[in-house]
Amino acid sequence: MVDKSIIGTEMGGSSMVVERGKIREFAKAILDDNPAYETEDPPAPPTFTMAMAHWPAPSGGQGASLSKLGLDLLRVLHAGQEYEYLGEIKVGDKLSTRSKISDLTEKEGKRGGTMTFITSETTFTNQRGEDVLIARTILVQTSKAAS
Amino acid sequence: MDRVNVHFEDVQEGDEITDWPTVDNISRSHFVRYAGASGDFNPMHHDDTVATKVGYPSVFGHGMFTAGVLSHYVTDWVGVGNLRKYAVRFKGQLYPGRNLTITAKVMRKYKEGDENRIDADLSVVDDQGTVLVTGSATAALPSRG
Repeated sequence: MVDKSIIGTEMGGSSMVVERGKIREFAKAILDDNPAYETEDPPAPPTFTMAMAHWPAPSGGQGASLSKLGLDLLRVLHAGQEYEYLGEIKVGDKLSTRSKISDLTEKEGKRGGTMTFITSETTFTNQRGEDVLIARTILVQTSKAAS
Repeated sequence: MDRVNVHFEDVQEGDEITDWPTVDNISRSHFVRYAGASGDFNPMHHDDTVATKVGYPSVFGHGMFTAGVLSHYVTDWVGVGNLRKYAVRFKGQLYPGRNLTITAKVMRKYKEGDENRIDADLSVVDDQGTVLVTGSATAALPSRG
């Protein structure tokens, strides 16, 4: 059981410089042959910031990690992902993130047991202090080990 | 595929797009390339030994790989930069050898501030009929006027 009181918990952040080559590599990986991604000043694909999600937080990693919040990572699956695009992301931008747990709901699973849905919300801010993106990651923890 | 972005006047609520080209012969190489680009090296997506040990028939794709492919069909349709919201839910695993069919349906057409917006429902289904991803997109479309 995960406690509802974790809603609002700050999860720390990281930062990333948006590189042209990384955009091109990412576009190729999602099979996108749009010539815009080959230009000097390409746009960022809609899910590009996933390339940042797997970077470790800066040393020390302030904020709580999922395991510290009582989640059993072996039972956690990625259930969904949501984006709100607030502004442009350009090559050379330095994006900083801050994350928090924004929601937690429980549902009875079809095969019995409780499923806990945890939403972690990350705001991406550029070097001018403008919020350009909100990303929400929805995780589900099953009551038994996933098999 | 065509990259002639749609105009607001050309879209009606209830319109369905079912003629987008399929994505054929998904392979392990697709997953490995996505792992490299995204940094997600969960072995379930590239190591058959690990995936079969926990009961999967083989490796399967990252949910965000399928979501990324879906997003590129959406941006080819509405234009990169016109997307305002994009959301996906993961429903099934994508296994090597499968083909993907991607469809969209316009659910709502409206004004928001000075933008002409549409909301669309999205889906990715494999050639076995398994729904892999459902989703939704909100876009601001250019006007012909």
